[in-house]
Amino acid sequence: MPSILHILWLIPALPAVVAAITALLRRRQRRLSAGLAIGSMAVSLLLAILAFVQTLENPVRQVVNFRWIQFGSDWIWLGWALDPLTAIMLVMIAFVGLLIFIYSVGYMAHDANFTRFFCFLSLFAAAMFGVVITNSLLLLFMCWEVVGLTSYLLIGFWFHRPVAAAAAKKAFLTTRIGDLGLLLGIVWLYSQTGTLLFYDHGAGCLEQGALTSLLGAATVAGVPVFTAIALLIFCGAVGKSGQLPLHVWLPDAMEGPTPVSALIHAATMVAAGVYLVARVYPLMSLSPDGVATALKVVAWTGAITAVFAASIAVAQNDIKRILAYSTISQLGYMMLGLGVGGVAIGVFHLIAHAFFKALLFLGAGSVIHGCTEEQDIRNMGGLRRFMPITFATYAIGTLALCGFPLVFSGFWSKDAILHAAHGWSVSQGPFYLGLFGALLTAFYMTRQVCYVFLGRKREPLALTEPVLSPRAPAEICVIDDPHESPRIMTVPLLILAFFSVVLGFLHTPAWPWFASFLRGRDVSLSLGTLDAMSVSNLALDFSRFAEAGLLPLMFLSSLIVVGGLGLGWWFYGRRPIVRATDPDALERIAPRIFRALQHRLYVDELYDATVIRLVRWTAYLSDWLDRRLWNGAVQAVRSLVTGLGWMDASLDKYAVNAGFDEGCRGVSGSGRLFSRLQNGRVQNYLRAIAAALVVLAALLLWRSAA
Amino acid sequence: MTSLTAYLLVSALLFSIGLAGALTRRSAILVLAGVELMLNAANLNFIAFWRFGPHPEALTGLIFVVFSIAVAAAEAAVGLALIVAVYRQAKTSDVSEIVEMKG
Amino acid sequence: MTVLFLILAALTLTGAAAAMTLRRLVHCALALTVAFAGLATLYLALDAQFAGLAQLLVYVGAIAILIVFAILLTPGSSEKDTPVGGSSSLVGVALALGTFAVIAWAVSKSKLGHPGLISAAPEATMQQIGTALIEHYVLPLEVIGLMLTAALIGAAILAMKESQTPR
Repeated sequence: MPSILHILWLIPALPAVVAAITALLRRRQRRLSAGLAIGSMAVSLLLAILAFVQTLENPVRQVVNFRWIQFGSDWIWLGWALDPLTAIMLVMIAFVGLLIFIYSVGYMAHDANFTRFFCFLSLFAAAMFGVVITNSLLLLFMCWEVVGLTSYLLIGFWFHRPVAAAAAKKAFLTTRIGDLGLLLGIVWLYSQTGTLLFYDHGAGCLEQGALTSLLGAATVAGVPVFTAIALLIFCGAVGKSGQLPLHVWLPDAMEGPTPVSALIHAATMVAAGVYLVARVYPLMSLSPDGVATALKVVAWTGAITAVFAASIAVAQNDIKRILAYSTISQLGYMMLGLGVGGVAIGVFHLIAHAFFKALLFLGAGSVIHGCTEEQDIRNMGGLRRFMPITFATYAIGTLALCGFPLVFSGFWSKDAILHAAHGWSVSQGPFYLGLFGALLTAFYMTRQVCYVFLGRKREPLALTEPVLSPRAPAEICVIDDPHESPRIMTVPLLILAFFSVVLGFLHTPAWPWFASFLRGRDVSLSLGTLDAMSVSNLALDFSRFAEAGLLPLMFLSSLIVVGGLGLGWWFYGRRPIVRATDPDALERIAPRIFRALQHRLYVDELYDATVIRLVRWTAYLSDWLDRRLWNGAVQAVRSLVTGLGWMDASLDKYAVNAGFDEGCRGVSGSGRLFSRLQNGRVQNYLRAIAAALVVLAALLLWRSAA
Repeated sequence: MTSLTAYLLVSALLFSIGLAGALTRRSAILVLAGVELMLNAANLNFIAFWRFGPHPEALTGLIFVVFSIAVAAAEAAVGLALIVAVYRQAKTSDVSEIVEMKG
Repeated sequence: MTVLFLILAALTLTGAAAAMTLRRLVHCALALTVAFAGLATLYLALDAQFAGLAQLLVYVGAIAILIVFAILLTPGSSEKDTPVGGSSSLVGVALALGTFAVIAWAVSKSKLGHPGLISAAPEATMQQIGTALIEHYVLPLEVIGLMLTAALIGAAILAMKESQTPR
């Protein structure tokens, strides 16, 4: 079958064109816009599947590079690559994206700006495809920025709500900080290696020649160049994937519509950061000896983020915010996986997570839709009776996320990460953090499920009871009529649930297909410690379970998951929560810790007091400078020029005008004087003639007489 | 004083009177009359010089005066016709009121 | 300087002065006629019979009448005329006096033959005048003819009433 390589560019191009067309459509052309978007996604999915099949047969990386602009004597190169990593990402994005597009048709059915939504969604899909197929640093950055832009547009979709507008701004600014690091890293990498392309038949910046030269480059302030570049590029990933210092935008981004949260902030955009690290892994893992510094940073950041976000998630009350913190935590796991175990492990968790997190978000959206836009879990309860399909799929998603043993994909992916962390030569710290994080994950997900689905409907607030509790939600409204969502929304849920189970089997120790798929025949793509487990012949071999430390580890992680689920059940499921204003079970035990967690460990407040204050102070300073100094200078110039102008004007008025005008007046005055001679009176003329005659005659006679 | 001088003085006086009238009177007809007087004074001058000057047999002065009278007649006719025409136009023959040529 | 000359001269000058100073136009015209007549007699005294009689015929007989016609055809001019008065008439008189002064001075300064000689009256018969006209002065004669024709036509056109038909 002919190579799909040369039409690979259609995958991002089609949604982009559809976005452009949809931008011109009218608001009431809803069916057309949705149809175009879903149609283009379907075609992209088809092409992605074809590309995937091609890489199954031939995993060698193929690139297409082309020149774009001439820049002095250099050319700027752009291009795309097709390798196993790209192919699997394409399929994941296209598939999950398509399901979410279909879901959105139902979710946004009552929204007036339906068309605009699909325009932005298509644009996002185009940019995300661009990020994963690009072979050029510059094109990566361009698509990266467009992804950020569409995230801003979609978070702030209901921009007339100030909260949503502020959240969009916060998301954009926070990721921008990360993007600044990314840009610096890109520029530095370009200046060091001289090429913008990743793979260019041996001349690319991720290929052997460039990497060797980077190893040899001088250090900068004690930090080797390759580490600095890797860390700078990692900054971009930190911003986009919500790792610890720059995670603050993700929970606020839940102000956008739920399909947006599912697509962008669970499955795809946040995964772009993980993908970036995976893509530049040859650079990240570059090291003269031992484990690369960059990878150590990545692993620790991921581990700390995982535990940090999971602990905050324990105390949140908004259904989407719990899932947002859960996403941050799982992204931490992915980074951890990349850092300790290599590309295959991190990306495997990425793929699995995409499916079950999207499932959970869409399920949450279904709950919100069915409870008429209610989002506080304290007001929900007993919904399993009213929304059975949602409950079933949500439960599957929860178990997958927790990593329930053996059946669900989350187990295999998380276990791979934990196994790699256990075997990490640098430190056992990330391993223990990962275990603790798994416990917390199971705990808070069980809490959420108990609050939302189990038990009975919350009792309405009794009219005699005053609303004194400060923790009470602003409007306590008991849901009147919770109902199941329409089929257009539940069918994607079912499909995603299916994949949450099945995908796990892509990479088990018995059959490490994923790792070997990604490795392909390209030796430079490092796979980390799992190399020892993957064998050259890919046969189903259960004996690999007996290898060093694997079975005890699986047992330990299963124990932790079941323990977390049990704890959650103990606190929240045993006795149903009766009233919405009842204090949380955990709160009764450790009120101060709970309250701190509920306030998100005061990170936002910290930023506000430090960074924001600094920025605001700088703004005031700039304003003062502008108003006093620069304005003063401009005003001085202005008064100088005005003075010159005044001088010029008075010169003109008094000197030139006076002289010139006087001259003219003199001429016209004398003319007027002389015209009085011509008064039309004949006798005057005669008199003049007579006088002249007399004078002349006298003169002549006198002269002749003399 | 010779006869010639006397005649010349008379002619000069006549000329001045005619000039005075032409320059002073407001009626156009009288301006014309003054001009006629000036012409006549010149004629008298010519005759006097013919009579008392050399070569009177050439009849020069006499012929000149004859022609002068003819011209004066023609000129008076045309001039008076002009005055009548102007009077029809401007309803007056007062020279100080006809100032259309005023510059 | 005979008495005859003095009387005739006085008559002529009086008539001229009167013509230039009288108020009513018709009186001026009549005085003018007297002046013309005086001049004719002066011509006769100077043995220029043809000129004198021509003067009578043309000036008194035609031009003076013509002036009277014109006065009668332009009635509004009779009453309003103020001959003397105001600075403007003084200017005119002064100019005239100046002219006379200059000419008189020229006359007095020039040598005009010795005083006693009064030559005999020259012969100026009609035949001689006719011969002179045809022989020596034929060109001016013809030109005068043309001029008179032109003047005739011109005066007739000028004095004609404008046609009433609208153009």
